[in-house]
Amino acid sequence: MSQAPDLDDIPGTTVFTAERSRLGYHLNQFCMSLMKPENRTRFTADERAYLDEWPMTEAQKQAVLRRDYNAAIAEGGNIYFLAKIFLADGSSFQEAASSMTGMSQEEYAAMMLAGGRSPEGLRSIREGR
Amino acid sequence: MARVTAGVATSHVPAIGAAIDRGRTREQYWAPVFAGYEWSKAWIADHTPDVVLLVYNDHASAFSLQMIPTFAIGCAESYPIADEGLGPRPVPVVEGHGGLACHLAEQLILDEFDMTVVNEMSVDHGLTVPLSLLFGQPERWPVRVVPLAVNVVQYPPPTGNRCYALGEAIRRAVASYPEDLDVQVWGTGGMSHQLQGMRAGLINAPFDNAFLEKMTAEPEALRQIPHIEYLREAGSEGIELVMWLVMRGALGAHPKELHRVYHVPASNTAVGHLVLEAGWPT
Repeated sequence: MSQAPDLDDIPGTTVFTAERSRLGYHLNQFCMSLMKPENRTRFTADERAYLDEWPMTEAQKQAVLRRDYNAAIAEGGNIYFLAKIFLADGSSFQEAASSMTGMSQEEYAAMMLAGGRSPEGLRSIREGR
Repeated sequence: MARVTAGVATSHVPAIGAAIDRGRTREQYWAPVFAGYEWSKAWIADHTPDVVLLVYNDHASAFSLQMIPTFAIGCAESYPIADEGLGPRPVPVVEGHGGLACHLAEQLILDEFDMTVVNEMSVDHGLTVPLSLLFGQPERWPVRVVPLAVNVVQYPPPTGNRCYALGEAIRRAVASYPEDLDVQVWGTGGMSHQLQGMRAGLINAPFDNAFLEKMTAEPEALRQIPHIEYLREAGSEGIELVMWLVMRGALGAHPKELHRVYHVPASNTAVGHLVLEAGWPT
């Protein structure tokens, strides 16, 4: 089944399709495991060892270790699952979101207070609008 | 007989729940958000329904990628509060209405909506933040809740048109329940927001305000919004707005708008809120 090309036409956006879900299954299920306090403790004690218990790709593991959420999403991660990692880190949705935009957290928070990011020019790569 | 009397639409931003739980609602950042709900809290104190059918989405709490039901209805007697990674929110357990829920599940499936029946699940901020916004911090929630979880995490969510039609079927199914119950339908999530990638932080106030207006003025137009338009205009997470259309579909023709709120931002998100009085039967 081919993916509707429109879904790849939105700048800076990865749509979590069934195909991406398949690619990221173990990455996301690893994230899910962090909802249990005992797993969070084990992960924090030795992240690499905990990750090695999961049938994840090396790229997925590296994205987690570096807390590179754009890379994790490129490898099939979904933001609601990745949230389990940054919540375990004591970080917020806004901090994680700002880290994906290349802005500092202060710049990002200021942008949100000023009304957020305008969709102008960010709707379609193909149509440049 | 049971009947749908009103509808509530509201965003369910987790940071709003955290602000309530940590007593920060009067801070400069949060006060304008909560001010918008003061009217609604007074209104619902006078119009407390017996049951809220609460349309929401689970955020990788009760449902992992192991199973992804498109429409799931909770038929349990109660629902524990999910631990989303920082411990469960300090809010009362959510009491269900198994009798109404089982009736709805049965009627909806016979009406050709293929519901997943859930007899055990925890509920996360998607369901509890709207309860906190309308009821504050009671010892016990003053209503019973029938949770209706919609998949909006893995693409594609159900279409807006399908959500609206489900709402219409819910109205019919509620009306055939013999007990005398006042039922409200709440649609939650949205408005515009994107939590991922370089476009994170997207807010589209013109789109959101048009959506709020069309909930009463032009619902037929909202039914036809394709997924790609939600994604482009309202952000990858703004597609949650399809859940508002379940509520709208359940309210019949020409519901009356009683209250409207729009505020930017709550964390990464535009907050939208409507209170609608049910219209004529359809």
